[in-house]
Amino acid sequence: MSESVVLDNVELALGAKTFRFNCAIKPGTITAVTGSSGSGKSTLLNLIAGFETAYSGRILIGGRDVTLRHPSERPVSLVFQDNNLFAHLDLFTNVGLGIHPALKLSGENRQAVSDALSWVGLDGLEKRLPGTLSGGERQRVAFARALVRRKPVLLLDEPFAALDPGLRQSMAQLLLDMHGQTGNTVLIVTHDPNEVRRLADKAIFIDRETILLHAPVDEFVRRDDLPSLAQFLEG
Amino acid sequence: MLTAAQRKWSLGWGFAAFGGIAFFVGTAIAALLLWDSGATGGQFFTPYTWQILRFTLWQATLSTILSILFGLPVALALARRPKFPGRIWIVRLMALPMGLPVLIGALGLIGIWGRQGIVNATLLTLGVEQPVSIYGLSGILIAHVFFNMPLAARLLLAALERLPAEYWLLSSSLGMKPLSVFRFVEGPATLRVLPGVAGLIFMLCATSFTLVLVLGGGPAATTLEVAIYQSLRFDFDPPRAIALSFLQIGITAIILAVISTLPKPDDDENLHGRASRRFDGRTAGARSWDTVIILFATAFLVLPLASIVASGIQADLWRLFKSPAFHQAALTSFAIAVAAGLLSVVSSVAIVVAQEAIGDMKRPGAGARAFAATLGGMGSLVLLVPPVVLGTGWFLTLRSLGDVNRFAPVLIVIINALMALPFVMRVLSPAMATHRRRTARLSASLGLSGISKLTRIDLPPLAKPLLTALSFAMALSLGDLGAVALFGSSELTTLPWLVYSRLSSYRTNDADGLALLLGLFCLLLTMLGTAGRERHQQDE
Repeated sequence: MSESVVLDNVELALGAKTFRFNCAIKPGTITAVTGSSGSGKSTLLNLIAGFETAYSGRILIGGRDVTLRHPSERPVSLVFQDNNLFAHLDLFTNVGLGIHPALKLSGENRQAVSDALSWVGLDGLEKRLPGTLSGGERQRVAFARALVRRKPVLLLDEPFAALDPGLRQSMAQLLLDMHGQTGNTVLIVTHDPNEVRRLADKAIFIDRETILLHAPVDEFVRRDDLPSLAQFLEG
Repeated sequence: MLTAAQRKWSLGWGFAAFGGIAFFVGTAIAALLLWDSGATGGQFFTPYTWQILRFTLWQATLSTILSILFGLPVALALARRPKFPGRIWIVRLMALPMGLPVLIGALGLIGIWGRQGIVNATLLTLGVEQPVSIYGLSGILIAHVFFNMPLAARLLLAALERLPAEYWLLSSSLGMKPLSVFRFVEGPATLRVLPGVAGLIFMLCATSFTLVLVLGGGPAATTLEVAIYQSLRFDFDPPRAIALSFLQIGITAIILAVISTLPKPDDDENLHGRASRRFDGRTAGARSWDTVIILFATAFLVLPLASIVASGIQADLWRLFKSPAFHQAALTSFAIAVAAGLLSVVSSVAIVVAQEAIGDMKRPGAGARAFAATLGGMGSLVLLVPPVVLGTGWFLTLRSLGDVNRFAPVLIVIINALMALPFVMRVLSPAMATHRRRTARLSASLGLSGISKLTRIDLPPLAKPLLTALSFAMALSLGDLGAVALFGSSELTTLPWLVYSRLSSYRTNDADGLALLLGLFCLLLTMLGTAGRERHQQDE
């Protein structure tokens, strides 16, 4: 269950900035998206998710042109830094909405929700409200929802940025486990060079509204010819 | 951090405000209680009072339901359309009825919904035989919806705009259809504040005086407040007025008690215009529904306002402007508004200063804490004991002392000041708290106090909120008909009273012209106030 993601000469103007993206992401890889604040990391994700629409160029997921598709018609799951869960809905509903947007769930679906919750270590907490959980636990629920959605592409926008360093490691491991199970194509925006090393197969470095480097992680961390990248890798 | 002298002064101010308000309200209530109670007892539950009570609650219930049924789709549509052309102006328009003198709004509504208005003209050409009546229950409901639908829409919109932006990204990414978005996102968000919104609107409609006075009347369409006024002014039946007054206090006490248990909806003005991007409702059907709802609501609010301007201009404005009656009324109104505004602001400052002094104590005793809480309640006492009831009490008190008319201006000033107090407190209390947080430690460490602290430290940053509060209070007093209704006479005429008496004597043209002038004054004051407020917020 994995598909390639291709941005083919995609252009988008937001305010005074014009973003230009060109890249082909192989199916089943984990790609870290890095770059300084405001360089366009989240914009890249928003283009793939459908929250921004390209002025020109094409976006292909699994070979299908989704450039003009509504977010709901794109085969992607999302995890944000925060507010991934509807605070007034219990965990079961939050995860179940990933399977059916009007919560019409079969017995099998309901079992899948419970299984996903216990897989992320929150078994039996179906009726709990998000407010009673810690930040890390809430992100686990978001992962559980991504799991039940069974979408070939998973987009994560700084999912661990609000968590303690210790917790980040275990969450990264959870993400790797999940990836091992689903084999989907993962794009993760991160500020943390350690996370790039720990998680990713490939890494993208965005500078001034365009992709400066797209390379395997080993090469990525060894490059010293790009001052802005070097600055990022030093932390 | 206060010195002993500062604390003493602050508490002294608080005691003075407390004493003044307690004396004024207490005397009114005592007068009602002490009046020949034998006669009053039998008046409580007569068929007449029952009918009035039933109508008061019935029209308030209907008004609340209609305001929310109309306001909810408007809020949903505005929230879903962050880029609707002129959205920010539509949202601002929704704030206008709250600041509009009720009497002026009523005139505008009569212009649009009256017999000669465009609504009935349109209905007639469409072949509808029975036109809508702006008088009686239907008229009261239209007017209450005009004033309260925008309030409901604003509060519900604020609740929707407070939701994290991720919710809308998620719901569209998950593929939720409009019904699911409503069920899982919009519904729960609005439902949380709905009881508070409903309680507030019910309170406003159950104590509405001017609208019912102008559009209602007759035993079939009279609320408690208007019935009190009629009992006193037309029938001179004090026992009945007293019985109705106590019923009114009972009702407001129950409503206030219920409201206090409900979550408070807040209208954070900083939110408006910062709407999240939405990805749902992209279908043609959803677009046209939202457009129709927003345009309909806008027309519903704009038309009566436009009617005020249109018919006001048709009146002979220059002649009205030069007429001695206008000069007299304008002078009286401004004198009362300035006095009431100042009194309200000074009382409010006194209350806040005393509360802060108590909060500043290291270990405030139970008595001090109770006093701080009581002071807070004093600010809203007028909600419990409405202006007409206060007026009735003082009317009876002063009648036994002789000439009511001599004291009438003072009474109107005090009642208007009390009416403005909750609003003034809402402006000043947070502003003064912020100011204290910023400066209290520094002032204490530098040993600043007295006049020097007042003029150098306190007044400059607080000048704007003080001005805002003053202009709000003045606008409220300027447009008020409730307090003057009981005491107005040929010797004491305010602008609203002049408009009302022109209206009652069917000199509608004059009434329209005067209403426009009055509206312009109030608008000017409110603009002055909000200008100060916006700048103040930017400072934050």
